[in-house]
Amino acid sequence: MPSETVLAERVTRFGRLLRGAGLKLGPGQILEGIEALSEVVVTDRREFYWALHAAWVKRGEDRDVFREAFRLFWRQPDRPVNRVLEELLALSRITPERRSPQSQKRVLDALDDEKRPKRELRAEEADVVRLAFSDVEVLRQKDFEQMSSAELREAQRLIARFRFPVRDLQTRRWTPVTGRGAIDMRRTMRASLRQGLDHIPLRWRRRKTRPPGIVALCDISGSMAGYTRMLIRFLHALSNDREQVHTFLFGTRLSNVTRALRHRDVDVALAELGARVRDWDGGTRISSCLRRFNREWSRRVLAQGASVLLITDGLDRDETGSLEGEMARLQRSARRVVWLNPLLRYADFQPQARGIRAMLPHVDDFRPAHNLVSLEALASALGGQHGQRPAGRTSGRSASASLSAAAE
Amino acid sequence: MTESGNVPGSVDSVLELLAGQSYIADRALATAVHLSLTLNRPLLLEGEAGVGKTEVGKVLAKGLGRRLIRLQCYEGLDVASAVYEWDYARQMIEIRLAEASGQTDRSRIERDLFSEKFLIRRPLLEAIQPSDGIAPVLLIDELDRADEPFEAFLLELLSDFQITVPELGTLKAEEPPVVVITSNRTREIHDALRRRCFYYWLDYPDAARELEIVRVRVPEAAASLLRQVVAFVQQLRSVELFKLPGVAESIDWTRALMALGKDELDGATIDETLGVLLKYEDDVGRIRGAQAQATLAEVQRELAAAPSE
Repeated sequence: MPSETVLAERVTRFGRLLRGAGLKLGPGQILEGIEALSEVVVTDRREFYWALHAAWVKRGEDRDVFREAFRLFWRQPDRPVNRVLEELLALSRITPERRSPQSQKRVLDALDDEKRPKRELRAEEADVVRLAFSDVEVLRQKDFEQMSSAELREAQRLIARFRFPVRDLQTRRWTPVTGRGAIDMRRTMRASLRQGLDHIPLRWRRRKTRPPGIVALCDISGSMAGYTRMLIRFLHALSNDREQVHTFLFGTRLSNVTRALRHRDVDVALAELGARVRDWDGGTRISSCLRRFNREWSRRVLAQGASVLLITDGLDRDETGSLEGEMARLQRSARRVVWLNPLLRYADFQPQARGIRAMLPHVDDFRPAHNLVSLEALASALGGQHGQRPAGRTSGRSASASLSAAAE
Repeated sequence: MTESGNVPGSVDSVLELLAGQSYIADRALATAVHLSLTLNRPLLLEGEAGVGKTEVGKVLAKGLGRRLIRLQCYEGLDVASAVYEWDYARQMIEIRLAEASGQTDRSRIERDLFSEKFLIRRPLLEAIQPSDGIAPVLLIDELDRADEPFEAFLLELLSDFQITVPELGTLKAEEPPVVVITSNRTREIHDALRRRCFYYWLDYPDAARELEIVRVRVPEAAASLLRQVVAFVQQLRSVELFKLPGVAESIDWTRALMALGKDELDGATIDETLGVLLKYEDDVGRIRGAQAQATLAEVQRELAAAPSE
């Protein structure tokens, strides 16, 4: 049994290892970990493990990283942290980016997709494979040209004017108003004390509204390649303009790029996207991507009245799965589903594609764009009044009728 | 250690305390509970619906012999309904009375009006300054449903256990309450709040533990039925469903089957009672019929291969 100072020193170094692997641990947390250990029987490996776990792991996604790091570090606790970290990174390719169980599942799926020769993995090996996925699929990366400052200014200007075609939500919070509303008793009471007791000047308040959350699902497959750069610019500007924007890109698989797009600097955001998202300009598997979204994300990002902005041409190459079923589920989970379809660049376009026919009955608002070559056109396609805006949810189920009108 | 002094002193005694209230916890959860009790920090529990997050708060209150104060969160939850509100009707009457008795000193009236006498205490204030003087268990349920401003407000409360009422000043807890926060992850809880808590992710239990949980909660059920129910639910959790059944569903299902007088699973009964387990129409449609039969056959094979007890 090492003495207390040795233990504290080791725990501190273990904390540094975890920080290197992407957990958010400051000096305060390290101290809390040591404090937590003083409350349990440290010679009991499980208590030791779970006490540090309770103090340091603050998200479900970090559990796997903690487990791997714990196993590696405490085997030989006196090795230099950097060496262990290298080993950890080499083994599992944990980047400072958080790894979610979902992404690990994606790896396993990717393995299946690739039709790799399957064999039984030893438990230890399986863990490593579950974590190591970035090199499983060798896919295209994408280089975006740097944004010119004129382009940036244009994006900012448009976003400032941009109106998402979904009404603001009324919240349950109040804001004081000068006109009529409901009586604000607290302010009324204070005012009457100031003014004298013989009369009570009424003060008013009204329910606050807030813009709805937006979940953008954007198609980046080959058929959309011409628009990708502009769409990403738009989504970046949108993410930086308001709270509660979540962005997902999909081609053959679904990537949550919300964090990357929150970078203020658009070039940094784009570089990260280009490196992290691997299915640029390839095929489209809309229904399996939607299914992933429905199962793994919809409950987490569509609560509190968020609406979905779906940007795709609807050309699905997915023969498996039920696109219609997934669209229906998506529509039931979201407040509204707004579909922006850039395919309608030809005026005589008819919805022949199977995917489009399957999707149309399940959108609330269909925004065809004949000409989506600029941000300006995009903003007006989304924000303008010319789109089809079925009045209520029920009539919204048949946006298909409006397609022919749009194509005329 | 808190002053009430009845906090269990080790992980084992926490396990005992929970088990005494029919809550079967694993050691990892007990460690997190133990730390949050001894170090006076909130416990943040995340996990899918129906794995027993809320139950931890309730059971702790019973086991520690403290009052349970529960705050159910919803979007727009504000200070007036969560912390305190002034009793305006009584204040009005007070003003009229002061007027009638010729009281003219305004600052004095104001002092009187905004005193604790006119304060309506909501759950959080009650948890900080309990009327019976004993620190309660504060259960902040489904925090992910509340909005971000409310979460930010909680930061002050949970780090210093104090509440500021502008007209009165700062009210501080003499003895901090035991705080249990639950979240279903319909929205991510902010890092700042996570940092102040001990965290535990409640997973679906494995078959052995689930069997024990259901047995403790439905003691009158036959052992063979329990084994079948648990094995069936465990199988279902490996199917791609929109919403997997939790432990709460296993317990409900067992009770439902008992109420129907069944002591064994069969295809027809499963189809009729599937709504107890699965709460989405697509999921029910997917399992009902052939898939349920196949799963049942699988369960029967599995149980026949490993007869226990």
